[in-house]
Amino acid sequence: MNIVSVQNVSKSYWRDSLEIPVLHDISFEVPEGEFLGLMGPSGSGKTTLLNLIAGIDQPSKGSLVVAGTDVAKLSESQLAKWRAQNVGFVFQFYNLLPVLTAFENVELPLFLSKLSKKERKEHVEFTLKVVGLEDRMNHYPKQLSGGQEQRVAIARAIVSDPTLLIADEPTGDLDKTSAEEILKLLVQLNTEFKKTIVMVTHDPRAAERAHVIKHLDKGELT
Amino acid sequence: MHIIKLIIKNMLRHKLRTLLTILGIAIAVVAFGLLRTVVTAWYAGVDASSANRLITRHSVSFIFPLPLAYKDRISNIDGVEKVTFSNWFGGVYIDKKQFFARLAVDPETFFDVYPELIIPKEHLEAFKRERNACVIGEQLVQRYNLKIGDIIPIEGDIYPGRWEFVIRGIYKPRDKTTDPSNMLIQWQYLEERMKQETPSRAGYVGWYITQIKDPNNSAFISSEIDQQFKNSPAETKSETERAFQQSFMASVSAIITAMDVMSFVIIGIILLVLGNTMVMSARERVREYAVLKTLGFSTFHLVGLIGGESLIIAVTGGIIGIGLAFPMIDGFSAILPKGWFPIFNLEPITLLLASISALLVGFLASVFPIQRALSTKIVDGLRQVG
Amino acid sequence: MKIPLKYITRNLKTRRLTTTLTVVGISLVVFVFAAVLMMAHGIQKTLIQTGSDENVIVLRKAATAEITSIIMQDQANVVQTIPSISKLSSGKPFISNEVVTIINLPYSQKESGLGNVTVRGVAPEGFQLRQNMKLTGGRFFNWGSREIIVGSSIKKRFKGTEIGNKIKFGGDEWMIVGSFDAGGNGFDSEIWGDQIQLSQSFGYTGAYSSLLIRLDNVNAFTQFQEAFNKDLRLQTLDVKREKKFYEEQSEDMAMFIRILGIAITVIFSLGAMIGAMITMYAAVSNRTIEIGTLRALGFQRRNVLFAFLIESLSISIFGGLIGLFLASFLQFFDISMINFGSFAELAFSFSLSPSIIINSLIFTVVMGLVGGFLPSIRASRLNIVNALRSS
Repeated sequence: MNIVSVQNVSKSYWRDSLEIPVLHDISFEVPEGEFLGLMGPSGSGKTTLLNLIAGIDQPSKGSLVVAGTDVAKLSESQLAKWRAQNVGFVFQFYNLLPVLTAFENVELPLFLSKLSKKERKEHVEFTLKVVGLEDRMNHYPKQLSGGQEQRVAIARAIVSDPTLLIADEPTGDLDKTSAEEILKLLVQLNTEFKKTIVMVTHDPRAAERAHVIKHLDKGELT
Repeated sequence: MHIIKLIIKNMLRHKLRTLLTILGIAIAVVAFGLLRTVVTAWYAGVDASSANRLITRHSVSFIFPLPLAYKDRISNIDGVEKVTFSNWFGGVYIDKKQFFARLAVDPETFFDVYPELIIPKEHLEAFKRERNACVIGEQLVQRYNLKIGDIIPIEGDIYPGRWEFVIRGIYKPRDKTTDPSNMLIQWQYLEERMKQETPSRAGYVGWYITQIKDPNNSAFISSEIDQQFKNSPAETKSETERAFQQSFMASVSAIITAMDVMSFVIIGIILLVLGNTMVMSARERVREYAVLKTLGFSTFHLVGLIGGESLIIAVTGGIIGIGLAFPMIDGFSAILPKGWFPIFNLEPITLLLASISALLVGFLASVFPIQRALSTKIVDGLRQVG
Repeated sequence: MKIPLKYITRNLKTRRLTTTLTVVGISLVVFVFAAVLMMAHGIQKTLIQTGSDENVIVLRKAATAEITSIIMQDQANVVQTIPSISKLSSGKPFISNEVVTIINLPYSQKESGLGNVTVRGVAPEGFQLRQNMKLTGGRFFNWGSREIIVGSSIKKRFKGTEIGNKIKFGGDEWMIVGSFDAGGNGFDSEIWGDQIQLSQSFGYTGAYSSLLIRLDNVNAFTQFQEAFNKDLRLQTLDVKREKKFYEEQSEDMAMFIRILGIAITVIFSLGAMIGAMITMYAAVSNRTIEIGTLRALGFQRRNVLFAFLIESLSISIFGGLIGLFLASFLQFFDISMINFGSFAELAFSFSLSPSIIINSLIFTVVMGLVGGFLPSIRASRLNIVNALRSS
């Protein structure tokens, strides 16, 4: 079964009256349990493609079925609900809320579920244990290292048990050792927890961990 | 519950800014309260007026007196319960800066028609007994440190000469709107001196106050009274006490309008201060809002987050401002020359208006940032640094 | 080494919305500040212009206004004999014995309510004693007849005061035969007629409200006053320079407006300073890295301090100028309200003076400096290394 099915997707942006094509007629599939790496130089459209899959942007043309839903057909508020249930997103710059502790940051997506306070606490503690930060629960992002911040971000992405995990240059801002740890964690999530992962990177070492690698150049798959 | 926690954490992110904003709102609420209080102080006369009292004065203007003989003729009109009269005595007490009403009244009837001036029975009896007795309001007792038996010397202007009055009674105001700073003397004393000094001025009163049985008949009785004296040398103009006070308000409407406009400008300024803070906060958090949206938080949540912060700040500022308004208004009435506003209270309606304004401002200030946060695409929000 | 002005203006432009909000806030405060001063100044100017330097006015001692003053005929006769009163070519002393009263007229613009209007009965000298009296329509009243002329503000403000109309008071009908302009002073809000006629109909015979007297010269006042005070028959009367009398009449209103106005603007300005402070603090924290960079490039702490202060000052001065500009339009508005000094309606306009402009600008600069000072200090105190490291 395919978790992601991209069919003839094109995407362009409008800057003033100028059309800037970003993606051109892209088609591919991601079966369940896959760890896909998307590579390509800057400006090739990797992040745009990722954003489309994550449902935070909409294609100009084509169809995009993710986790059994045609994302292109959802309204904004439907998309928000859909994202909360199906997608976990890991950013290059972690994007943790600075005013919340590690625990509270991870807890955040669970507020969108119907879990009780106690259940939320169990989920968060379990997830933080998975990423190895159970002893840093009450730390604020400022008090954490980059690698630790990214692990909190990953915990936040998986705490609501989404079908698909999306990572945009998750190691892009990290030193070698921290990057190594993050990649190990992603592989663990993929193998142990059977998460389907789509990861954009231009770090060859990161790409090594993926099962499949697709190259993107000037908006086309090569 | 969770969203409130995040709101509070956001508020505390820039403690100084939030504090300054709350302070700014509090200050504006104080200014608003002060202005509205001055406006309500002007209207005190209108509020204090009774619906079943008519004022009859000379049709040309208040400075022309009416013959005493009118009293009986007014009393005979159907629907009239009681008639009393008074004169503006004026004069100078201590110096020309001492403002309070000095009225010559008929001791026999005046307090019946003005039940809101509460005077002990023995005081009233003493006032009636002695020609040069006077009754003063509670506020004057405090202002000039007076007591029963003291003498109040007055240099007359409308009624020339030197006058001395002995305090024989002190009245208490019944309502918050009742003027607590009148000085009442015997009209009969005035009359006796006029008879001796300028007989041509004897036998006149300033205006009549008529108590009527049914307030619904006020228009009819007013015209009845005026009809009685039509084509006489002293024609009258009668109207309800309220209409009489309101026509005075018309003559100061310029200043009232100015203060009304200013109190709205203040609301505008609160809006600008809070709006500014909310715009800045929202701009700094564009990226965070995008992250929240990516996590699946909806429009509803963002509105709650931004609007809630704005409202909490506005309400906090409003509460502090209302708290500060009480001492500020007391302080302001202390600076004002004594007697300008005998009644200077922070009215419940002012507090209500201030609270409503604070809520409204909290709501309005968040409109723009919310609109901005909602219209920013996630993709653009994420790209924004800082 | 100074930080270029361009850096400052660009920054203001970049944060357009915040800058605009702050500028609007400050301009509102300055507008109110200037408007209040202009209103108080307008009242005073109107009344001060009403009096002239060479004239003195005689009233009853305790009287605060002409309507509460009574001067008996015999007292008036005594006053006439005091030396240093200017003489007319006919040899008569230059005096106008006047009666002043108040009548009610209905407002023309408001739906209801009666206004108090001063009616002044003058002697023929009364016109010569006031310099700027100009007839603007109709003719002067005839002495010895029941005719009146109305001031320019009366015509605008009250119903039925056009030339040709009749007003009823004092048991007679008075024909309006003309209108006059006194050059924007208090007489514009009055109705004038023949003193003898008005005295008769109001029952004032044998008494006056006030005496207006021209002295030989401006310096003769002290001499006149001494002679006046010495005379035992004049003990109940008081003499004042006409100018001073009108100035005192404006005191209460002007003071009320000032006290209220100053209280409000002080509170307002606190609000505006807080607004400026919030803006500037935000500017500092948004640009921490920039400040670090500037310092790393070799700019001094005081350069940074200066740049931020100038930024704050530009905001406030810009706002102040807008506020003043808007306030200056108020000069086209006339206001009419009761003057508590005379109990009668007085028309005046907002009036701008150089000192109001200067005060408003000083006020503006102070707001900018105070509002910008603490944030600028914070900017200049930032540690270079920490500033560069922050994100």
